[in-house]
Amino acid sequence: MAILVIAEHDGKNLKPGTANTITAATKIGGDVTVLIAGQGCADAGATAAKVAGVSKVLVADAAHYAGALAENMAALVLSVAKNYSHIVAPATGFGKNFMPRVAALLDVQQISDISGVVSADTFVRPTYAGNVMATVQSSDAIKVITVRATAFDPAGDGGSAAVENLAAAADAGLSKFNGQELTKSARPELTAARIIVSGGRGMGSAENFKILEPLADKLGAAVGASRAAVDSGFVPNDYQVGQTGKIVAPELYVAVGISGAIQHLAGMKDSKVIVAINKDAEAPIFSVASYWIVDDLFKAVPAMVSELG
Amino acid sequence: MKVLVTAKRVIDPYVKVRVKSDGTGVETANIKMTINPFCEIAVEQAVRMKEAGIVTEIVVVSIGPLQCQETIRTAMAMGADRGILVETAEEVQPLAVAKVLKAIVEKEQPRLVIMGKQAIDDDSNQCGQMLAALLGWPQATHISNVTLNGDSAEITREIDGGLEKLTVKVPAVVTADLRLNEPRYVTLPNIMKAKKKPLENIKPDALGVDIKPRLKTLKVAEPASRSAGVKVADVAELVAKLKNEARVI
Ligand SMILES: Cc1cc2nc3c(=O)[nH]c(=O)nc-3n(C[C@H](O)[C@H](O)[C@H](O)COP(=O)(O)OP(=O)(O)OC[C@H]3O[C@@H](n4cnc5c(N)ncnc54)[C@H](O)[C@@H]3O)c2cc1C
Ligand SMILES: Cc1cc2nc3c(=O)[nH]c(=O)nc-3n(C[C@H](O)[C@H](O)[C@H](O)COP(=O)(O)OP(=O)(O)OC[C@H]3O[C@@H](n4cnc5c(N)ncnc54)[C@H](O)[C@@H]3O)c2cc1C
Repeated sequence: MAILVIAEHDGKNLKPGTANTITAATKIGGDVTVLIAGQGCADAGATAAKVAGVSKVLVADAAHYAGALAENMAALVLSVAKNYSHIVAPATGFGKNFMPRVAALLDVQQISDISGVVSADTFVRPTYAGNVMATVQSSDAIKVITVRATAFDPAGDGGSAAVENLAAAADAGLSKFNGQELTKSARPELTAARIIVSGGRGMGSAENFKILEPLADKLGAAVGASRAAVDSGFVPNDYQVGQTGKIVAPELYVAVGISGAIQHLAGMKDSKVIVAINKDAEAPIFSVASYWIVDDLFKAVPAMVSELG
Repeated sequence: MKVLVTAKRVIDPYVKVRVKSDGTGVETANIKMTINPFCEIAVEQAVRMKEAGIVTEIVVVSIGPLQCQETIRTAMAMGADRGILVETAEEVQPLAVAKVLKAIVEKEQPRLVIMGKQAIDDDSNQCGQMLAALLGWPQATHISNVTLNGDSAEITREIDGGLEKLTVKVPAVVTADLRLNEPRYVTLPNIMKAKKKPLENIKPDALGVDIKPRLKTLKVAEPASRSAGVKVADVAELVAKLKNEARVI
């Protein structure tokens, strides 16, 4: 078996999720090749070559891979697809965008967001906001798979794979990438953070939301939010944790003023330790919490900051 | 300009889903069903484009059992003009959904297809991308803004770190994210009006599409539940537990 992992990267380093996807690939069993596509991405190729378990790295460097447009990514993957039994990518915004396109062009039913590998053709995947785990078996010749990063450990260093250049496929010319507006933050990325402090509607306002900053500083944490907090304009969209936001599983998740709707739980309930601060003694978030405090968050949060010293 | 929108019938997002005791699927008997929230946003977008004079006709498609007629009527009450039910009692996986939709697009010749970014039951997030691939059209997924400009569309998409801007050629397939718009409530007079709008019923066979599933569900199960937690009296106790018991800080 030969497995192709399509890496998400920033030109130099692999993005969080890709190392976990490589682990999922090694669990399937077989030779793991990593594909790096982008503009000016040779360094990312060199980084990928050092990941344990990788036997080959393909680098496709061309202007029309900037922004990872789905049409061009799919055409590139298709140009080498026949050499592989499995094509795998992280189930992040990156992988979700082009992988179904690859699958459809190969006439394959993609297996989305797997959280477990049972065998080379059988996988476990969460459905219904993580409330139902389905074990599915694929009858397609090539398996096209996206991987839920939080379900697998990241692969470590120690590899020394060969790096080869891969000829770019033609530019599909169907779409044009006009740039990104990324939320600037000095904090760790949500999907890579060891600790996350998240605020909900209970924070009350964008101004009040800032009381989470000193707590996040003390803990070295990333800051997340519920959809209600995002919809109320307290924080930008990309803070959203949940079924339709980001899926996270840090070692510690601190939920502040979040009620615990199933759509929110779907994004964080696999965290190792969950702390909830809520003034409602009946808040559903307590059902998944390891530790909880029933108190006004405007008292508890500053108290926690000073307790942490 | 004609627009095609899709409307999937799903279990209401606020219902607690239960796995059947024999592990073959989830309980759907006597459970509240609704239009997939992302499809509702897609329909709303089409209706707003029609109100703005950009769109002339909105065709809504649903694939599934006869009860999907209700989902189509909901979309019509919001403002869709015409409905197509592709009726089947079989499980229709995303590739099959995309193949059915491709056949309908070839028949109806819309300039734009607006879909939800994901269905909240199966959470696959595939159908729109697959349809675009099969048609050889560009795609824009997870969009929070779309402006048509003759033969192209200016798009804002939601990505993991923020927002992304694209220009896509039209015809195209776009999929709606939560912040594209806030769907309107349907009013009683519009529900009445929707009952009179044309709704065609076709079978997948008539479209010449093979919808056989490629994935076999071997079993479904509830996820392992978390071990019960404890209530702590105050912040001092909390921090002590995080340090000494959980050892995460
Ligand atoms: C299709 C769909 C997709 C969705 N996707 C997501 C998703 O991805 N992520 C997500 O988060 N949600 C999602 N939602 C929304 C979800 O259903 C909830 O509406 C949302 O999570 C609620 O956010 P919240 O807990 O912040 O707000 P609320 O439910 O309003 O809870 C606020 C909490 O704050 C507490 N509180 C208030 N004041 C204080 C105080 N001073 N001190 C302490 N506690 C206080 C209250 O007791 C309450 O428990 C989705 C919904 C739908 C329909
Ligand atoms: C009778 C029946 C039995 C099923 N049994 C199972 C089962 O045993 N196990 C299981 O895992 N799943 C089962 N399903 C669910 C089915 O597999 C999924 O609906 C299918 O895989 C599509 O995935 P998705 O909805 O997550 O697609 P996504 O790619 O998430 O959907 C994206 C968008 O595509 C559009 N769309 C998707 N489906 C339709 C549709 N039917 N009509 C109109 N628009 C649509 C919507 O706009 C949606 O927002 C069953 C479905 C039916 C009808």
